[in-house]
Amino acid sequence: MKKWLIALILVLFMWPFVAFSGEKPAAKGTLIWGRGGDSVNLDLAQATDGESIKAGIQILENLVIFNKDTMDVEPQLAESWTVSKNGLTWTFKLRKGIKFHDGEPFNAKAVYDSFARIIDKNHPLHGYGKWRYLSLSLKQVSKIDIIDDYTIALITKKPYAPLLNNLALWLCPILSPKAMEEYKDQIGQHPVGTGPFKFVKWVKDDQIILERNADYWGEKAHVNKLVLKSIPEPSSRLMALQSGAVDIADDLDPDSIKLVEKNPELSTIKRPSVNVGYLALNTEKPYLKDIRVRKALNHAIDKDTLIKAVFQGLAVPAKNPFAPSIWSYNDKIKPYDYNPAKAKKLLKEAGFDLKQELTLWAMPVSRVYMPDPVKTAELIQAYFSAIGVKAKIVRMDWGAYLKKTANGEHDMCMLGWLGGNADPDNFLYGLLSSDTAKTPGASNVSLWKNAEFTALCKKAQKTFKKTERTELYMKAQEIFHEEAPWIPLAHTTIVRCYNKKLKNVPLRPNGLNSFQMVVKD
Amino acid sequence: MSIGYISRRLLHLALILFGVSVIVFLMLRMIPGDPAQLLLGEYSSPEELARLRTQLGLDQSLLTQYWIYLSNVLQGNLGNSIRTNAPVAGEIWVRLIATLELSLAAMLIATFFGVAAGVISAIRQHSLWDYLSMFFALVGVSMPIFWLGLMLIYFLSVKYPVLPMMGRIAMGLEEVPVSTGLIVIDAVIAGNFTAFASALKHLILPSLTLATIPMAIVARITRSSMLEVINKDYIRTARAKGMSEAVVILRHALRNAFLPVITVLGLNMGILMGGAVLTETIFSWPGLGRYVVDSLMGRDYAAVQGCILIFAAMMTVINLAVDLVYGFLDPRIRVND
Repeated sequence: MKKWLIALILVLFMWPFVAFSGEKPAAKGTLIWGRGGDSVNLDLAQATDGESIKAGIQILENLVIFNKDTMDVEPQLAESWTVSKNGLTWTFKLRKGIKFHDGEPFNAKAVYDSFARIIDKNHPLHGYGKWRYLSLSLKQVSKIDIIDDYTIALITKKPYAPLLNNLALWLCPILSPKAMEEYKDQIGQHPVGTGPFKFVKWVKDDQIILERNADYWGEKAHVNKLVLKSIPEPSSRLMALQSGAVDIADDLDPDSIKLVEKNPELSTIKRPSVNVGYLALNTEKPYLKDIRVRKALNHAIDKDTLIKAVFQGLAVPAKNPFAPSIWSYNDKIKPYDYNPAKAKKLLKEAGFDLKQELTLWAMPVSRVYMPDPVKTAELIQAYFSAIGVKAKIVRMDWGAYLKKTANGEHDMCMLGWLGGNADPDNFLYGLLSSDTAKTPGASNVSLWKNAEFTALCKKAQKTFKKTERTELYMKAQEIFHEEAPWIPLAHTTIVRCYNKKLKNVPLRPNGLNSFQMVVKD
Repeated sequence: MSIGYISRRLLHLALILFGVSVIVFLMLRMIPGDPAQLLLGEYSSPEELARLRTQLGLDQSLLTQYWIYLSNVLQGNLGNSIRTNAPVAGEIWVRLIATLELSLAAMLIATFFGVAAGVISAIRQHSLWDYLSMFFALVGVSMPIFWLGLMLIYFLSVKYPVLPMMGRIAMGLEEVPVSTGLIVIDAVIAGNFTAFASALKHLILPSLTLATIPMAIVARITRSSMLEVINKDYIRTARAKGMSEAVVILRHALRNAFLPVITVLGLNMGILMGGAVLTETIFSWPGLGRYVVDSLMGRDYAAVQGCILIFAAMMTVINLAVDLVYGFLDPRIRVND
């Protein structure tokens, strides 16, 4: 009896605290985010650079979005969606009662204008933008139908399952139609969306100031202001984080990350990314036509050492064309082990002429998926030389590099892919199918043409059941492994460094998050 | 120093700008790298590339492209940026003014301290002060700016946080009404002294970093030039007339010793305006140097062309100003019509 009484008193006593803690904390503070460069264009349908996307997704939203921790697609401005039986019509039910930052209502007309301006040459807003990466956004959409104020249908040219992931990508944002008309080709400098933060001011090359959207339809931001600071020099960025001048610092180098980890006031989150860095072997060159040669080269490289030495441990070795964080990753595939003796044997069997010098094209710029391309190339060159294969490193300007590799002028070239819409189609069909191996302008730079592989990719595009698509992609990865058109090198780890005063700092495998859930004490 | 002379020089300016516009236009198109390809990056279909090229006008002949460019420039339109769509003139203006603020501050520091050190070294030749200042001048000339900037940040912003390390003004104070664009001056005009103090504090580290090399050069030139002058007859005469040492040094010696110093200052102002990119990068200063480099990397033709035209114009104007100051300092060099 006494115990019960004590328990009762305790519950009564605790009640106000429990009730209080259940309440949302009021928004407070300014969140300052240091990053390597300024944004270029905040109309994300036109953006091609990471810094624009990072800022833009705080302001603009899509019909659907990736989960904050994984790359699964979830509803955002659309409540739900269905696909017609023939796979051609996607119908989206939109959320009601949402307003753009300029007070305009969000409805089917806004979706129509935001999408039609990209694909319809006769749309009045079409001329105000340069619509990039169409193949990653709405290229397959032939018609957009407004069914009622809150229902919209997208009709595709052919059944195209990856469309859903495309719609979750930054390239398909919904903007206020009034603002798009008002700002015309300058909309990218004055973005108006429905997101958790509103655009306030942009001081070029210095900072972008956003404020909390108090009328946001979802979880409202926990900070009053979000300031994105451009701090181009990585050492300055580290010191800004150490001194408390910024709360979050992106894109620090591995040595700086080690310093952050040792600092008791700072913290990091790490996550395997969705990207891939690879060495493409040009399968049309006579010396690389033979699968045995390509396999030998795969056996020649010690990826663990490469990752330790060049990626400073911030990567995992790759065996497939896309990262384990993407669905349908085939983990049953056994990677080519580091085995120089076997490599030599395979070369001998294939009758490879060791006097032949192969060109090894090294990227002139570093990318998230290839932080130090020159060192990587030099190490690969050394590994090849250990099995007797002579490789000559070729370097040139980035624009020329992309153009010439897309022409198939290389023997072997380093490239990578940031992950796009995180749909396996993006990697397999986009980077490895026969359709994309046509020069000039091939995105399949190994120029590998395998009918069975391509057929599997195309079938998967028309298949809407994820389990069935998974099976097709599993098989495709086996063919890729067997034919070895690439040496998949690594999937890098992305790291976000921040001050411990922050709580709930998110990190999606593509590094792109909106920050409304971040709390600053 | 007639109006005729100045207008002739201004006519030269027009010719120079025309020449520069042709050269820059051609050079930009000669360096490899297609802007459309760079914009689209790793994953671009040939149709997308072709479409973008047409939109950017890159599919037309060079002559047509130049003609369009020139007629736009003559109407005061420097074109739109390939990357941002925004008019280049506006983009350049906001950054130019930031660079100008930084360079002027650095110039003031370099001139004041450089000349002072040079004069004192000269009049106290072979003293401890002379050796010290010339030692620091030598260190200053050979100082890697990058390292100096990072060390200043580390000691004065991180370890002992007394000065800000980035940007032009503290957050929350940005709303100073713009009249000149130079925040320090705008803040005074607006009577906002909190903003003034903040802007000034933000200027200290970057301008000190930027001033180091010119300060050292100015100190050395002033010293050697002063040493030459100080033993001249007219200085002895001035002293014999019973003038105070201050007047002798400042009015008679320094004025005569100033010609080479002015030349160096003029050259340095040009170098500072164009070469502030390292300092701007370390201190996250939103200036023109960084913009030129970013634009060049992205083959943003209109932006690079605009910047170079403006640099060329400024260099010419600074040279003209230096020539005019020569005449003021030494009537013998005044130009005759």
